[in-house]
Amino acid sequence: MSRLLPFFAFVGLVALFGFGIWWNTKHDLREVPSPLIGRAAPEFRLPVLGDPGRTVSKADLLGKPYLLNVFGSWCFACGEEHPVLMAEGKALGVMLVGYNYKDEPAAAKGWLAEHGNPYDLVIADVEGRTAIDFGVYGAPETFLVDGKGVIRYKRIGPLTPDVIEHELKPALAKIAREAP
Amino acid sequence: MNPTRKRRLTVVLLVVVAAVAAVGLAVFALQQNMNYLFTPSQVQGGQATQYKSFRLGGMVKAGSVQRASDSLKVSFIVVDADGAMPVEYNGILPDLFRDNQSVIATGSMDGARFVASEVLAKHDETYMPKELKDAMAKAHKNKAIVDEKAETETGK
Amino acid sequence: MIPELGQLALILAMLLALVQGVVPIVGAWRGNNAMMSLARPVAAGQFVFVALAMGILIHAFLTFDFSVGYVAANSNLALPWYYRITAVWGAHEGSMLLWVFILNVWTVALAMFSRQLPEAFAARVLGVMGFIALGFLAFIVFTSNPFLRELPMQPDGADLNPVLQDPGMTFHPPVLYMGYVGFSVAFAFSIAALLGGELEQAWVRWARPWTNVAWAFLSGGIVAGSWWAYAELGWGGWWFWDPVENASFMPWLVGAALVHAQAITEKRGSLRSWTILLSLFAFSLSLLGTFLVRSGVLTSVHAFASDPRRGLYILGFLVVVIGGSLLLYAVRAPKVAGGRAFAIVSRETAILIGNLLLTTAAAMVLLGTLFPLLGDALNLGKVSVGPPYFGFLFNLLMLPVVLLLPFGPYLRWGKGDTGVLKPIALRAGLAAIVCAVVAAFFVDNRLKAIAGVAGAVWVCVGTLLYVIKRWREMPRGRRFPAEMAGMLLAHFGVGIFVAGVMLSESLSVERDVRMEPGKIVQLGSYDFRFDGVRETSGPNWRGDEGVVTIMRDGATVATMHPQKRTYTRGQVQTESAIDAGIFRDIYVALGEPMEAGNHEGAWALRLYQKPFIRWIWLGGLFMMLGGFVAAGERRFRVQKARSEAGTTIAEPAA
Repeated sequence: MSRLLPFFAFVGLVALFGFGIWWNTKHDLREVPSPLIGRAAPEFRLPVLGDPGRTVSKADLLGKPYLLNVFGSWCFACGEEHPVLMAEGKALGVMLVGYNYKDEPAAAKGWLAEHGNPYDLVIADVEGRTAIDFGVYGAPETFLVDGKGVIRYKRIGPLTPDVIEHELKPALAKIAREAP
Repeated sequence: MNPTRKRRLTVVLLVVVAAVAAVGLAVFALQQNMNYLFTPSQVQGGQATQYKSFRLGGMVKAGSVQRASDSLKVSFIVVDADGAMPVEYNGILPDLFRDNQSVIATGSMDGARFVASEVLAKHDETYMPKELKDAMAKAHKNKAIVDEKAETETGK
Repeated sequence: MIPELGQLALILAMLLALVQGVVPIVGAWRGNNAMMSLARPVAAGQFVFVALAMGILIHAFLTFDFSVGYVAANSNLALPWYYRITAVWGAHEGSMLLWVFILNVWTVALAMFSRQLPEAFAARVLGVMGFIALGFLAFIVFTSNPFLRELPMQPDGADLNPVLQDPGMTFHPPVLYMGYVGFSVAFAFSIAALLGGELEQAWVRWARPWTNVAWAFLSGGIVAGSWWAYAELGWGGWWFWDPVENASFMPWLVGAALVHAQAITEKRGSLRSWTILLSLFAFSLSLLGTFLVRSGVLTSVHAFASDPRRGLYILGFLVVVIGGSLLLYAVRAPKVAGGRAFAIVSRETAILIGNLLLTTAAAMVLLGTLFPLLGDALNLGKVSVGPPYFGFLFNLLMLPVVLLLPFGPYLRWGKGDTGVLKPIALRAGLAAIVCAVVAAFFVDNRLKAIAGVAGAVWVCVGTLLYVIKRWREMPRGRRFPAEMAGMLLAHFGVGIFVAGVMLSESLSVERDVRMEPGKIVQLGSYDFRFDGVRETSGPNWRGDEGVVTIMRDGATVATMHPQKRTYTRGQVQTESAIDAGIFRDIYVALGEPMEAGNHEGAWALRLYQKPFIRWIWLGGLFMMLGGFVAAGERRFRVQKARSEAGTTIAEPAA
């Protein structure tokens, strides 16, 4: 019966790997969690893309939760994320604010015209200074800000259907339960 | 006991002894070299006191990086959701190290600060840093010019 | 249009693999000649389609077809053509295609060189290869298609990861995969033997050259990877016990044990079950390595982007292939001990001890690699295993191997004579001690270096003494049959490797310094003068190039140009400057400017002197050469007449 020993050892290994895969779907793949969750979003005032006369500030957006999606026409991974936003953005039932980061307005507008515009509103941070306050390192990144202006969730990297299903929707549901 | 049996028994015994020795050594070596990872708030909460050397993980606080003027000493603050930890390191920082970047520093506490013997910065494949903007924007601008030309030419 | 043809080719290849994996094996079971004879043509067909798919992907890269998502993600307009070819296997999907392509290369070679094998056996072997190919092709077609279009098309691609833009990356994966994947042949032979009830006793002899070649390629691939990490990663290390490195090292260790176990079983007929089990382990570890680096269960600097769906698929495949083979082993492995017995003092025992130490080392590496995952499972917290765990245990386990190595050839099969060993031990031992004492003066009594010298001399002199003995005692033409020459080369390589590792690790000197232009720093036996930095650029990067002059006793030894590059993707890459030498490497890496933005001022620099580091890879190359040479042994070539008569155990060679 020692002949079966290697087989059973392998079964144990498979159990461990199966656990590993399951664990990964439940936990953040990165070892280090984001420090911004639970903190108030920074104060900001940024112009609307293509209409610099109009500005939007943090106060303007209080009252209802919204998703802030950092993107740029120069950003390759944003192109990969874009179809997901187009397909699932509206269904999330929350305002989608595009945060055009370190981009040229003409290029950004052209990109949205070409690929489609999933956003309810697009603000532009050409210099990238406000982004530093948000802790933005690059694109794409997505923040979920609740009605009180507190950051509840941050996604570094593109949104995928999987992430939306397992991370974003639960976070949205949590906010919905709290609202009076 | 006949000789074959005796020999088999000796072999089995030797194998068992060797196996026990191997497992014992492995466990010993593991214990000596296990490194736990803690966030600044966990360290401040006292979770790391029993470990002489451990890994500190978090984000580099923007604007906290300070370099000495005459040596390779550098200090910065590592933060997480609820805590911050000043870190000191003497040496060359990795290429990916910058504000708001995830880092893992290995080292030990010296009073209230963390003295790092090694600093690693994380790298994500799907992620695009700001520096790319220039090169990509240039490529995109060129394409935009070409497209405009094409449009005017074909009268679209 | 063309990339779609690539997809079609993969689907067709997959269907052919299905036929190849099932029909010949059923045919061998039923004794149906028509079904069995399908194996070779179907394998050839599969190869044609896989090669076509590979060619189409290469073509897409060479023609900048950014409509293909994979091409856009891994290359750009500025990437030179030779790196565009490298980019084909630079990420997950392409590397899987490379895996299957190389599997097909081995299969075709098998199909060509197996005509003398009994039909049923050959059919089973090719069938197993087909089944493995089926698994990988299905994986590619359903989860990792490299030909998927990404529309609208990006005007320019992202770029190949700069770390991969190096000659080492061009041949490291293909050579490594030739090894990794090559163990599938030994695996297939063992499965065929188990399925067929091992009627053909000579199957181990047939398996030997294939196993030796695979192991040789794997040795070369690991050497290439280690050298590339040293040259490219900027921090002077050559081995990090990183999960991906371990994933290639474990099959190597078990493979080394396997080539020795096969020698015993081939010549003496004993230890058949052990040899079969080792060949199952070797390939299982290859598959395991593939799983580990793509499933996301482990974090590593090398790991490909992870995806739980892919991880689950590969896990399922592992269960079927490895689990199935181990079950088959449990049920069908020879239950009666066969072959000739051997005494406690014999070549068999020496090899067996070596086998046990090598497999224990592999198990120990596996434990250390998986420990973080265990830590999560057992809720121990986020734990990682530091390199000293691996280094300590590995050195401990390999010490007896190094000590036993010179004795191996002197011990006879069956019953060795300790009397023969004494003079060898004395001579080699004396040489080792003398050299160690001499070395002590040069290395300031550093224990590790002295031990390294002693170990290396022990092994090398012991091996050379055997060479001399054969030269004296055997007539011309029979002194060094290929198998023996290969063994001697590989063992000699072990000695060189030991010297390289111990000496470089104990004698390396390193300093991180801050240097203003004109400043001179002394390190080891050299003076380093920093002569400032100038701007420079390449096809797809811009950067700073430092000039560092190396001097000794006032005379200039070398001028080095370390660089700090920023690639189009935005990634910053350190290109270290290396002045290579047989007895030492000088290594300089640029850190960063001490004042942000001021590139004319002081810079941080890392300076190294690394004695004997090239000996590490030289030793590995000797081992690789030994593997290739041994595979050329005439005795391994199958004679049709013998196998028809029912083979006997070959006469023991010296």
